[in-house]
Amino acid sequence: MATVELHTPITEEAIRALHVGDQVRLYGTIVTARDAAHKYMKDTFFRGPAIPEGEQAVYDRLRALWRDGVMYHCGPVVSRDTDGRWRFVSAGPTTSIREEPYEADVIAHFGLRAVIGKGGMGPKTLSACQQHGAVYLHAIGGAATLIASYVKEVLDVFKKDELGVPEAFWVIRVEGFPVVVTMDAHGVSLHEQMYEASRQRLAALL
Amino acid sequence: MDHLVPHFIELIRRAATDLPADIEAALRRARAEEEEGSAAQTTLDSILENVRLSRERSTPICQDTGTPIFYVYYPTGWSTLELKRQIREAVAEATARSYLRPNSVDPLTGKNPGTNLGDDFPYFHFEEWEEDYLKVDLMLKGGGCENVGAQYSLPDGRLDANRDLEGVRRAVLDAVQQAQGMGCAPAVIGVAVGGDRASSYIKSKEQFYRPLDDTNPDPKLAELEARLTREANTLGIGPMGFGGKTTVLTVKIDTLERLPASYFVTASYMCWADRRRTLIYRDGKATIE
Repeated sequence: MATVELHTPITEEAIRALHVGDQVRLYGTIVTARDAAHKYMKDTFFRGPAIPEGEQAVYDRLRALWRDGVMYHCGPVVSRDTDGRWRFVSAGPTTSIREEPYEADVIAHFGLRAVIGKGGMGPKTLSACQQHGAVYLHAIGGAATLIASYVKEVLDVFKKDELGVPEAFWVIRVEGFPVVVTMDAHGVSLHEQMYEASRQRLAALL
Repeated sequence: MDHLVPHFIELIRRAATDLPADIEAALRRARAEEEEGSAAQTTLDSILENVRLSRERSTPICQDTGTPIFYVYYPTGWSTLELKRQIREAVAEATARSYLRPNSVDPLTGKNPGTNLGDDFPYFHFEEWEEDYLKVDLMLKGGGCENVGAQYSLPDGRLDANRDLEGVRRAVLDAVQQAQGMGCAPAVIGVAVGGDRASSYIKSKEQFYRPLDDTNPDPKLAELEARLTREANTLGIGPMGFGGKTTVLTVKIDTLERLPASYFVTASYMCWADRRRTLIYRDGKATIE
């Protein structure tokens, strides 16, 4: 199977050309966000009539980074070099389904083109992918040292002190990060297919 | 008491960065059985490459270094207070050295102290024994796989699972199917039958300390372990849930006394990154297995 190279920012056309099973190598800037980050976004950006003053700067940065951009469900192990620069030591994906209540809104609001994680997501996210032209990309869970080797640079970090290292928004530059499309912009989910096939096999065993 | 902090740091480093030989061998066997060029096989290739790199670079195999669970077996006369103090010191230092991710979060404030220390973190179990040496078993139990563990109270009408080994079989297969790839398959499944809700979960996790290729001393349980391993692997979930022949590496079962009213079946899920190591400290000398 051919491997597709994607560079951020990604066009809608490039996303709509992808199908479940396609292998992708990612290049460019991506931003991590997991449980606490999603709750923060809901509470701070989506709930009230206006964004609180102190949070406007983070919001503006995320808007710029995620327009045609990529989110990564990841809580890394990091270290700090003597010159103060952050480095990703170990950085595999975390289980994505926990963000199911939030992700459709996040995709729509920021104009995300891809969400990377593991384990897949549910029908709300799948439908948002179809509607807005986005895909879910599966990275290999637990392959954390290997994945960290594709992270070439840590460009920035937001909300580290409030949310802690694993839950912060880390802005990173990746080169050749290998992922597989498991939910595409055409309403197809490998996870739905696997669940149904394994449910039938289970029924035969019981 | 002797100063054991450096040995405890080394125990943590080995657990986090150096996958045990029995787990790695099982992953290699799984790779050989998957179809050439399949998503399952390329996934296992990446997993094995990651295991190699992590060992070489001394970096965490998985960024979720989990809950450190220490089982400490000590000779008569040792101070558990002092052992705990030294292990906690080692945990904080191992975190500072990036062998562990800062993982302990206050559920009310959301604060992460950055040290992996809290009133109830890490987890300890102390047991005095008749041997003349110290043994510390450490398991790093990740959160993603912890989330997909499940407990059943039999009888369960949905599964037609009754209070017998057939009921246990049905519950465990259901747990594996429900987990899909979300707990990072291929998994080791630890099962406890009986107990109360809490003791059953603890017993199910203790199964992860068993060597992968041991034989259950109870022939009925040994047979059920083999059957469940075989049957779970016909579900087709495969590595990471991409489809394939290897959904579990093995299933381990133990029992504990129950009340007449209760019949719990607990299935704990351990991801493929089944990180555990043992420190033996005897006559002033430390070895890590």
